[in-house]
Amino acid sequence: MTSIAIPSGMPQYDDVPRFDVARVRADFPILGRDINGHPLVYLDSANTSHKPRQVLDVLDEHYARHNANVSRSVHTLGTEATEAYEGARAKIAAFINAPSTDEVVFTKNSTEAINIVAYAFSNASLRPDADSRFRLGPGDEVVISEMEHHSNIVPWQLLCERTGATLRWFPVTDQGRLDESGLEDLVTERTKIVSLVHVSNILGTVNATSRIAARVREVGALLLLDCSQSVPHLPIDVVDLDADYIVFTGHKMCGPTGIGVLWGRGELLAAMPPVFGGGSMIETVTMARSTFAAPPARFEAGTPPIAEAVALGAAVDYLTGIGMQAIQWHEKELTAYALDALGSVPDLRIFGPTVPVGRGGTISFALGDVHPHDVGQVLDSLGVQVRVGHHCAKPVCSRFGVPAMTRASFYLYTTTEEIDALVAGLEQVRKVFD
Amino acid sequence: MQLDQLYQEIILDHYKRPHGRGLRDADDPGDQVAEAHHVNPTCGDEVTVRVATDGTVLHDISYDGMGCSISQASASVLHELLRGRGAGEAFEVHEAFVELMSGRGQVTPDEDVLGDGVAFAGVARYPARVKCALLPWMAFKDAAARAGVGVSPEVKA
Repeated sequence: MTSIAIPSGMPQYDDVPRFDVARVRADFPILGRDINGHPLVYLDSANTSHKPRQVLDVLDEHYARHNANVSRSVHTLGTEATEAYEGARAKIAAFINAPSTDEVVFTKNSTEAINIVAYAFSNASLRPDADSRFRLGPGDEVVISEMEHHSNIVPWQLLCERTGATLRWFPVTDQGRLDESGLEDLVTERTKIVSLVHVSNILGTVNATSRIAARVREVGALLLLDCSQSVPHLPIDVVDLDADYIVFTGHKMCGPTGIGVLWGRGELLAAMPPVFGGGSMIETVTMARSTFAAPPARFEAGTPPIAEAVALGAAVDYLTGIGMQAIQWHEKELTAYALDALGSVPDLRIFGPTVPVGRGGTISFALGDVHPHDVGQVLDSLGVQVRVGHHCAKPVCSRFGVPAMTRASFYLYTTTEEIDALVAGLEQVRKVFD
Repeated sequence: MQLDQLYQEIILDHYKRPHGRGLRDADDPGDQVAEAHHVNPTCGDEVTVRVATDGTVLHDISYDGMGCSISQASASVLHELLRGRGAGEAFEVHEAFVELMSGRGQVTPDEDVLGDGVAFAGVARYPARVKCALLPWMAFKDAAARAGVGVSPEVKA
């Protein structure tokens, strides 16, 4: 390969922040495991990421030292737990550049976060005095895309069924990009909310959202971005994205399961009716009626996942310590390497962008006509963990004419040697099913 | 785990050269014909099984589907084992296969009853794949019931 020098004065490759992958790997106890007699090769981080010692320690420490319920105790432990819980909220707000900590609502996961928005619309639609931005009825439209995870399809289908609104969607191009050619016809004065995936969990596509965001502003609709696959991998700035809501989940970003985030513009959250009723979300309760707390408490009924939230705060500290820009660049290099390496496997078809531009480190493919289940099973016998199936994005599988795909996905701890192990494993698959 | 326990030659043979694949009409116009379509929602595997019977003998079991080697080979074995059998006998085989697959690898299969079905003994050790192997057998049970022939005990895959 010839190397081309970048002229001086231009950004150089060495300007990009980097980190020592071997040192990062040492933080993740599970990466030392053997699987079926082979070293673990974990290529399923889009499904869930592993957790570093720093996060596991905080989880353990919380239960061992600071365990108490939050927001209701005057005792010392209760105060410590509350401070840790609210401290985590502040860390997460800073991580996504939220203008206010109160804009971060803790949820169970991204799915719950999207459902909270959808049900707030639903509840508002039943009340004539509710804010008109959330009121839906026949003639109103909700816009999603063909690229969504089921969690960003089904809640809107159900909402449209309940309210009589119409669901519309952006198509996907043959290259696996969002087809924005119909933007003006799709997003109109009838549109109430556009809910789009930021980075596809199956195609790896990073959607350029600025044109869509501008159109959403023009027509006076709201914009929700499903950032489940972007917040863990790229620097995210909610102000820069010009979104109204973003959702993401802790377990894909080195945090525990059971904790996710709904971020919403403060003024919008304040205007939204509650969804779950119960403890912590009220202002006052009488036998006849109740009034409700301000956000974020309004949307956090009941005892929240306290330890999980605190540990997510630790995950954010961990990622920030390494640097999101460095993580992004690491994955970009891995993606370029993997696209090249997979391109050398005979009979392999990649779904989604085949260049490492505008895409993340999630690559789905077909190997000849071997079913993904069989691909995954043979790879597993070699210690290589990939996801197989429809990836909770059946419309994407249909779009590309297959019932299922095999997916390899990378994270900050992934190495090029692991991609080599995948490629060698695929050779083994071909031998078994030849 | 040994991969060749899962992918036995017999299974790969049935996958690569399936027996009796394709949905067929009944030869005897007096037969009851019914079918069932089953889907594995976790992976998208699909199979349609059609049964043609006079109420005592399963004259034909035809099928079509798409999916992994285990589910498709299992349909081929099902066809081979049960086609032309009496309904009562067929359900004994069905029961034996379900028992084998639910046995977590602890059940020793009887080759006299299960024929090529014994090759699936290894699949029972892979909980994630048991559903693949059972998919055509569950569809068969529904199709047979719709065609008016017996029912074997309920099983949870």
